[in-house]
Amino acid sequence: MNPLLWILATPLIGGIGIALAGRQPNVREGVTLVTAGALMWQVWSLLPEVLAGGRPSVTLFEVVPDVPFAFAVEPLGMLFAAVASGLWIINSIYSIGYMRGNREHKQTRFYICFAISLAAAMGIAFAGNLFTLFVFYEALTLSTYPLVTHNENTEARRGGRTYIGILISTSIALLLTAIVWTWVLTGTTDFRPGGILTGAIEGPEIGLLLFLFMFGIGKAALMPIHRWLPAAMVAPTPVSALLHAVAVVKAGVFTVVKVIVYVFGIDLLANAPSAEWLLYASGASIIIASLIALRQDNLKRRLAYSTVSQLSYVTMAAAILAPLSIMGATLHIAAHALGKITLFFAAGSIYTAAHKKKVSELDGIGRRMPWTMAAFAIGALSMVGVPPTAGFISKWYMLLGAYDRQAWFAIGVITLSTLLNAAYFLPIVYAAFFKKEKRNHHSDAGHGHGPDHDHGEAPLPIVLALSATAFGTVALFFLAEGPLALARQVVGGTP
Amino acid sequence: MILANLAALQVVIPLLAAPIGIALRPATLAWAWATLVAIAAFACSVGLFLQVQTGGPISYAIGGWEPPWGIEYKVDALSTFMLVLISGIGASVLLYARRSVEAEIDPPRIYLFYVAYLLCLSGLLGMVITGDAFNVFVFLEISSLSSYAMIAMGKSRRALAAAYHYLILGTVGATFYVIGVGMVYMLTGTLNMDDLARLMPQAAGYRTLEVALAFFTVGLALKLALFPMHKWLPDAYTYAPSVVTAFLASTSTKVGLYVMIRVFFTVFGAPYMTEGIPVADVLVVLALAAMFSGSAVAIWQGDLKRSLAYSSVAQIGYMVLGVALISVAGMTAGLLHLFNHALMKAALFLALGAVFLRIGSVHIQDMQGIARQMPITMACFVVGGLSLIGVPLTAGFISKWYLMLAAFQDGRWWLAVLIVLSSLLAVVYVWRVVEAAYLRPRPQGAPVATEAPLSLLLPMIGMAAANIWFGIDTSFSMTAAEAAARAALGAALGTGGVQ
Repeated sequence: MNPLLWILATPLIGGIGIALAGRQPNVREGVTLVTAGALMWQVWSLLPEVLAGGRPSVTLFEVVPDVPFAFAVEPLGMLFAAVASGLWIINSIYSIGYMRGNREHKQTRFYICFAISLAAAMGIAFAGNLFTLFVFYEALTLSTYPLVTHNENTEARRGGRTYIGILISTSIALLLTAIVWTWVLTGTTDFRPGGILTGAIEGPEIGLLLFLFMFGIGKAALMPIHRWLPAAMVAPTPVSALLHAVAVVKAGVFTVVKVIVYVFGIDLLANAPSAEWLLYASGASIIIASLIALRQDNLKRRLAYSTVSQLSYVTMAAAILAPLSIMGATLHIAAHALGKITLFFAAGSIYTAAHKKKVSELDGIGRRMPWTMAAFAIGALSMVGVPPTAGFISKWYMLLGAYDRQAWFAIGVITLSTLLNAAYFLPIVYAAFFKKEKRNHHSDAGHGHGPDHDHGEAPLPIVLALSATAFGTVALFFLAEGPLALARQVVGGTP
Repeated sequence: MILANLAALQVVIPLLAAPIGIALRPATLAWAWATLVAIAAFACSVGLFLQVQTGGPISYAIGGWEPPWGIEYKVDALSTFMLVLISGIGASVLLYARRSVEAEIDPPRIYLFYVAYLLCLSGLLGMVITGDAFNVFVFLEISSLSSYAMIAMGKSRRALAAAYHYLILGTVGATFYVIGVGMVYMLTGTLNMDDLARLMPQAAGYRTLEVALAFFTVGLALKLALFPMHKWLPDAYTYAPSVVTAFLASTSTKVGLYVMIRVFFTVFGAPYMTEGIPVADVLVVLALAAMFSGSAVAIWQGDLKRSLAYSSVAQIGYMVLGVALISVAGMTAGLLHLFNHALMKAALFLALGAVFLRIGSVHIQDMQGIARQMPITMACFVVGGLSLIGVPLTAGFISKWYLMLAAFQDGRWWLAVLIVLSSLLAVVYVWRVVEAAYLRPRPQGAPVATEAPLSLLLPMIGMAAANIWFGIDTSFSMTAAEAAARAALGAALGTGGVQ
């Protein structure tokens, strides 16, 4: 069997293994870790070939005439797959600590759905054409639904409804229309360097098709279709961490970049005045989401709105249409993934150890949970874009690209949002380390987990996982050459 | 001998087997007989399908009377496509039927139910296979009368009212059809469809012809429940026994559409649809109204059989829309959806039948938390539902893809937009069931259900699997639908008239 098909099959086989081992939690978690390891090893072993300019591909069968089910690796998908598969291992370790620490129900279903979601994410990363991508895009939505509604209470049902409602309806109403339109125009849905639409479409229709794609890809959470992302925060934190900071949302912005680079082509869009709206829409999305984040007291919601804003960075960087900014967009997929998963890990760690969900409750918590809050600080710095964290490099490239194209609007947005990011993250870090812990005067007798609950660090697997991703956030700053090499190939650079 | 007379056997076997069934009183025996006959009919259909695929259309003269004087059975790609679908669904539903029928129909009447079922099946098959316009009416009455009887056997007393309602409207539809037949007979002196098509140019220009077309359109629209002539359908589907609903929803309205295609394209010819009375445009408008109103009403129904019945009204809209585009692509899409929708609704109604067997209701309130107790049944329901929404890798996606493609190729991109918008409503009415069944606890004091028996599960799983299979491997459904579309349009357009 082709190595690409093995990559897709591995998490599915793992899912079956998890189901079979459902009654023995230790074996079950062992299967998850082995599967995640096998997946990462397979994905990362493709790297040298892709870096050398190889483009492994496989075509399976035609579902409808001339629309095959096909996979092809290109640098952007390689990066996305490498990040998602690598973080799955760390996230699995974290999940073990979190799910057991909080005594969650139905853990077997949780791990199975997680494995299926990862298979869907791999399918998106390696999809060879729009049709294949669409199939896995929907599969990812459906397989993450049971994870979002894991708690099975009213709040989970409501969140799940928003989640599935927005993601399914945008994808069917807009994305599918865009794909069919593309197919009618060009007779293909393949991803090709330089795009497939050049010469097939012109004038205002370019802007309209871009609109269908950008708002059809609901997972990229471009405002105003971002509401599913905060709604998804009802899920257990490992889900928010890997899926709603890495796999699902990155699948969205990955698709955005892919469509702009490989379907439209940078040159076509750069010469189309009707496509300019995207720059402004994504810029507005960055600022508005940051302003909303500023006012959230629930930590996970604040992180969710930060994600909305950071995703629009990727969209805006792609919309600047300069090679350097597209490289920035590519890098930001990796940089934001590492930073945001660290932040979510920290939020879940605080919840597990201290049962606190609100920003206002975190005064002085840094002394009780030094590892967690140190990792949180690193993640926050990466969001702001302070060196030596990965977030700095991607922002740097975005700015370089914006300067190339004289996109002053984009430069202004990046500057302003950096200030806003600092405004909603740094006070948390400051309060955690330098303010005095609040004493709760309400007696909360009979409840073991009152705010005065004396706690230390979270369970070891959680601390290990968040330390690893925080370390990765810094390491990526120093080892940026690898992702940069991939990013350069995305914009047509030779290996 | 058998092979040469397959066309006759296709109808004669179930038609003659039905009266024999009266002698077989024990319920299980009656069921076994009906099932055996339905499987034989399915075998005939497959045989005919293969014959037509290799040897081209078959013309079979009943009793040796040559057409156009005698009754001709005309078997082409379109009719074999329909025959395989109807007899396949007919046999699958019967395989499922035994336990469900025992629970829902008075024991002394069970053998009569199977007799009516076989009559209905032969009527539907006959309408598809015959090439004679009046003969269509005869088979239409056979299938309709037996449908009324089957619906009236529903457990609730309201089934009688529903059957009566259907009887009145169905009879009006059939009468309108036969008036149409009378008018074209007046003008041409023939009842054979091919002969009618040949003589039609001579009759062109007569007002009678236009009136006939109007009678045909209204009469058939009643039979296929095209908005706004769908009023009989929700009650009939809701109160009929589960098995009947699954069978009729997957076959009966489809045959109505088939006859409409035959009359419009084989008899009148495609050009007639756009010149004079703008039938095609009228159909597009009605189809759109059906798509939106049916789906919207489906959202608010507590009884899921009723909800899916309204969904059928909407789905019929998609099929009619494809046909009304009057292009090979549109016709292919319409027929493809006809096929795929039969699979979806069979899976969904069979799943509901199993739920009804276990908890005696298919109301959404009573089905809360049911997925924990009947996981396989509800999984089949979800697969059918996803197909209804049109999620990729299900049959429903393929039909939606082609329907949109046909709309785009026709330059009517706004139709494509309306198609996807209306399918969003399907997300709502399917997902509220998923939410109730999976994410809500069982209500206090609700009966504890167990998974459906194997005899129900297997056909249900088979139908759910078919939804996935025909969403991935479209070589059969696609090739057959395209050949059928060419057969339907080709006769009227000559070669390559419409692309």
